[in-house]
Amino acid sequence: MATRYFGQPIKRNEDPRLLRGRGLYVDDVQLPGMLHMALVRSPYARARIRRIDTSKALAAPGVVAVITHADLPANLQGPLPPLIPHPTLKHHKTQFALAPGQVRHAGEAVAAVVAESRYAAEDAAELVEVEYEPLPAVVDMEKALEPGSPLVHEDIGTNVAAHYTQVVGDVEKAFAEADLVFEEVFRPDRGQAQPMETRGVVAVYDRNLETLTIWDSTQAPIRIRSGLAELYGMRANQVRVIAPNVGGGFGPKIMMFYPEEVLVPWLAMKLGRPVKYIEDRREHFFATNQERDQIHRVQVAVRKDGTILGIKDVFLYDTGAYIPYGLIIPIVASCTLPGPYKIPNYHAEFKAVFTNKTICSPYRGAGRPHGVFVMERIINRIAEELGIDRVEVRRRNLIQPDEFPYDVGLIYQDNAPLRYDSGNYPGLLDKLLKLIEYDQWPARKEQYRKEGRYVGLGLALYVEGTGVGPYEGARVHVEPSGKVWVATGVGTQGQSHQTTFAQIVAEELGVRVEDVEVVTGDTGAFHWGTGTFASRAAVVAGNAVALAARDVKAKALEVAANLLEASVEDLELADGQVRVKGAPQRAVSLGQVAVAANPLRGTIPPGQEPGLEAARYFNPPQSAFSAGGHAAIIEVDPATGMIKILKYAVVHDCGRLINPMVVEGQIHGGVAQGIGGSFYERLVFDENGQLLTTTFMDFLIPTAMEVPDIAIDHQETPSPLNPLGVKGAGEAGVIPVPALFVDAIEDAFSGYGLRFREVPLDPNRLRQALAEAGVPGAGSTAA
Amino acid sequence: MKPPRFRYFAPTSVDEAVELLSTHADAAKVLAGGQSLVPMLNLRLARPEVLVDINRIESLSYLRVEDGHLAVGALARHRMVEKAPEVAARVPVLQEAVRHVGHVQIRNRGTVTGSIVHADPSAEMPAVLALLDGSVRVVGPSGTRDIPWQELFLTYFTTTLGPDELAVETRFPLPPAGAGWSFMEVARRHGDFALVAVAALVTADETGRVKEARLSLAGVGGTPVRPERAEALLAGQALEDDVLAAVADAVREAIEPESDIHASAEYRRHVAGVLAGRALRAAMERARRGGEG
Amino acid sequence: MLPESSRHRIRVTVNGQVYEREVEARLLLSDFLRYELGLTGTHVGCEHGVCGACTVQLDGQPVRSCLMFAVQADGREIRTVEGLAPDEERLHPIQEAFWEAHGLQCGFCTPGFLMTVEAFLRENPDPTDEEIREAISGNLCRCTGYVNIIKAVRLAAEKLRAGR
Repeated sequence: MATRYFGQPIKRNEDPRLLRGRGLYVDDVQLPGMLHMALVRSPYARARIRRIDTSKALAAPGVVAVITHADLPANLQGPLPPLIPHPTLKHHKTQFALAPGQVRHAGEAVAAVVAESRYAAEDAAELVEVEYEPLPAVVDMEKALEPGSPLVHEDIGTNVAAHYTQVVGDVEKAFAEADLVFEEVFRPDRGQAQPMETRGVVAVYDRNLETLTIWDSTQAPIRIRSGLAELYGMRANQVRVIAPNVGGGFGPKIMMFYPEEVLVPWLAMKLGRPVKYIEDRREHFFATNQERDQIHRVQVAVRKDGTILGIKDVFLYDTGAYIPYGLIIPIVASCTLPGPYKIPNYHAEFKAVFTNKTICSPYRGAGRPHGVFVMERIINRIAEELGIDRVEVRRRNLIQPDEFPYDVGLIYQDNAPLRYDSGNYPGLLDKLLKLIEYDQWPARKEQYRKEGRYVGLGLALYVEGTGVGPYEGARVHVEPSGKVWVATGVGTQGQSHQTTFAQIVAEELGVRVEDVEVVTGDTGAFHWGTGTFASRAAVVAGNAVALAARDVKAKALEVAANLLEASVEDLELADGQVRVKGAPQRAVSLGQVAVAANPLRGTIPPGQEPGLEAARYFNPPQSAFSAGGHAAIIEVDPATGMIKILKYAVVHDCGRLINPMVVEGQIHGGVAQGIGGSFYERLVFDENGQLLTTTFMDFLIPTAMEVPDIAIDHQETPSPLNPLGVKGAGEAGVIPVPALFVDAIEDAFSGYGLRFREVPLDPNRLRQALAEAGVPGAGSTAA
Repeated sequence: MKPPRFRYFAPTSVDEAVELLSTHADAAKVLAGGQSLVPMLNLRLARPEVLVDINRIESLSYLRVEDGHLAVGALARHRMVEKAPEVAARVPVLQEAVRHVGHVQIRNRGTVTGSIVHADPSAEMPAVLALLDGSVRVVGPSGTRDIPWQELFLTYFTTTLGPDELAVETRFPLPPAGAGWSFMEVARRHGDFALVAVAALVTADETGRVKEARLSLAGVGGTPVRPERAEALLAGQALEDDVLAAVADAVREAIEPESDIHASAEYRRHVAGVLAGRALRAAMERARRGGEG
Repeated sequence: MLPESSRHRIRVTVNGQVYEREVEARLLLSDFLRYELGLTGTHVGCEHGVCGACTVQLDGQPVRSCLMFAVQADGREIRTVEGLAPDEERLHPIQEAFWEAHGLQCGFCTPGFLMTVEAFLRENPDPTDEEIREAISGNLCRCTGYVNIIKAVRLAAEKLRAGR
């Protein structure tokens, strides 16, 4: 059967509603009698709370309740549950619904005010009097490890949450045998995902039905549902969590739990009225999880032909004040570092460090940009030291297409071996070089230099672990109308699941994509699953959808065989019908088959379940590994440190493409975030742990003027690990950007000995570095 | 992020507005375009008890060329200035500068006069006012007065306007015919406030030397700055590299930038000199072509 | 003590329909549209005038509805995303173009972009890519990297020119 839907750039089912302004985001939920919550947040990064006086706030107009830690029931007073344990995570400290006597980062919630409007709630929040005893804050992760440093959690006697080492081969031997050994230190700084929609929760409790309904802008509605039911001592089927339209996620909208997710439903039950909390943008800066700051000290052992013998990477990971999400980010960083290269001996070691800053949890990339940054910087350093072209050094170390499955020798974030399923990395590199016209670059660069322009070409390769388990499920149901209804547990934050999953079903059942309605993120519709993260939805849920659709197809054939008095082998599904091959006039519509499968009277064959419906689960044995390469040509004005991206090219391999238009959209967005994280976006803390960047005037998200056009080419190396042969694509766009960005700038100023070890750069840092290197026009560095 | 409570008045005449301002004095704030004030209210960084909204005083929505000035009424939005043919023809440096103000949504609402009396030293409009030696006309209980820019700006976000005075008009003297001009800005992103901005105005003699040159800078201290020594250095000179280097040094001496999270003082100082040179060259190029676009 | 807050009776035309309401002076226009009128298509992303998600048209020109008070809209005409499509069956050509070019992902910023672009293409029916970039630079999108939005605006311009 020819492919009609799978692999096609089909426009999205979800768009007409969104384009008309009829999406339903959490803040669009309006219920009669609804109350609004505002939070009193700590102005200090570390302080003891001596006293809280809520009396003035309680007396303010429109105020219904003011809650502090002391007012919470026992089940909400303790630390909130840890999300992902790990054997080496000795101190799995988690956040509180409201701070119990001590605050550990600026912005931590101290009291909740509930009022008739958000305006009134904010007025009253200002009237809550909190007496703090400020304490010295732990801000810098290196200083946090010094003896005598203040402790974020005094009871554990250390600021180290975990210390984890993985070793492949014999690193000491590699260094002993090396022709060249060097060391580097890299410092990616802290940033934030900043989806355009902030977080929000609405809850309403029905006292008659004893059911709690929650709308939550979460990436993991099912886990929130299960966790809340457990926390409140309710049955799971008393709690329904709906993640309706979610205005962007990118990682931080998955937590177990944000304080507001616990407080709002509890307040709705306690007060007997619906309660809404919508985080405002300023709160989002310090109350939603952050990411990205790590310090890598890496030692490299190389042979003089450029072959890498061994790498020893020892790094610090700043987890902020608590570590609910566990060690996912640093493990992913360690495991992404080797990338497409053969690293026979590798020592990966990190410490997760507590500081008095906002919690870190995965933001698109989740440690992958760090691993790639370190690895690709290493490659360039090797090229420079040995006088070999940087592309040639890459070639000499690439894993070859006949070496798959390739075992890296580490244990990945899913506790499964880090084993690449399939790939063609030399193929990717060739395509990338072609797309960026690498062969013409030396001449072009010379020409630019003659014109007095500093233009550089940067490139970076990466391998991305995607589609982690444990499982997702889906139910495919054919209506009497012939339309198909699909429910799956993963939520959607813009990834186009309503279309890509519909394409999978359309392909299997021979129906039109627009006749397949996909419901995601509503525990009332499907209640098994884990969530949308780690570039996993298309792989894990997509395959569950395919399996369920195949079951429906088998059943449709069986039922139709009866109706058409034909044998199953002679039937096919097409155009919304089951028909006899070669005799299309002998057909029944899928809707008729659905009716026949669910008769009002009569019989259905023994063992057959009623209805044209099936639910299936897909449990991937391990991750599927996407890969890609990005390249860019960037011009720098040395006098101002301003940059202009002249060209951007991406080659991407995520196995079989379900919808290339959607995959390209994911890449575009990732690249834009990568550009942000490379040059524009930085969270700045002062020495007291105060976040200085709390508006979009200070945290600079790129606009259409800063993001260039992006040329994309695909390579399709199917994954052998799942029926559809797909791999994940959600994070690919962002991963290599900081690495190639810095590479391009170093290339623009080749000959000046510049080496950048930090991201983001910014005009100030860049111009200063150029001045120090003596680049003409960059000026002197004397004040 | 909801604004605190306030009492709201929407006078329909200047007299009525001034009366409200004198009644409420320090408790009141004037609301014009609101593109700087409302964010501060939403962040609760400003807490006026009274807002006097002048958007209903329709008589203040005008642009006029009169007595050698471009007179910009207090309700003239940035966008009105951006699109006005008389601005393009007579004060093109203002048109160029106004394009750097925020984004179209901001310019549709924000006013030129409001931007000036808000006195953000990294904003574009105050720098143009200084370049053209302009003034702001204010009306208070004791009548009307014009405040020259040198007497208007005190320091960051602070002017000599009294709490009971309303700025009703900005007066930009028309640049001399044939003057070349330039406006250049380094901002982190398009539409952001300037890290440094430089406006230049140059008249040239027949030999291509500078007759008169003016420079005005934003983002380099508490107020817009006219670097007088740099301007004086330029008189009678051709814009050779050594002249521009001396000018850049003089510009850097004339300013006292501060460091913030976006750029160090040292960066601003360096870039001010760089942009001054570039702006002068571009302005001279236009002057040679007779001052047209 | 909290200072007092004045209340005002206003009459606003939104998408051609006249609404009369009494509002507190400090009520933001964005909140008025969303909560008083139930027009939740206008989204609120930052409430300090940077992200552009709340962009609506005031007398035909795009403005940030989070930087205006509802009381200021008294007697004025507002157009929101809900007023863009001609009817239930058809989308506006700009909406069609965003659909066809995959100019949206999560959809949160989309209404703001649409309202900005509609006014832009009225003024500049045949823009260059650079003009398109400048025109939409007051609207942040975190999903698309703008690549397909720019494509969508180009396509919308073609559609509108063809329809003229």
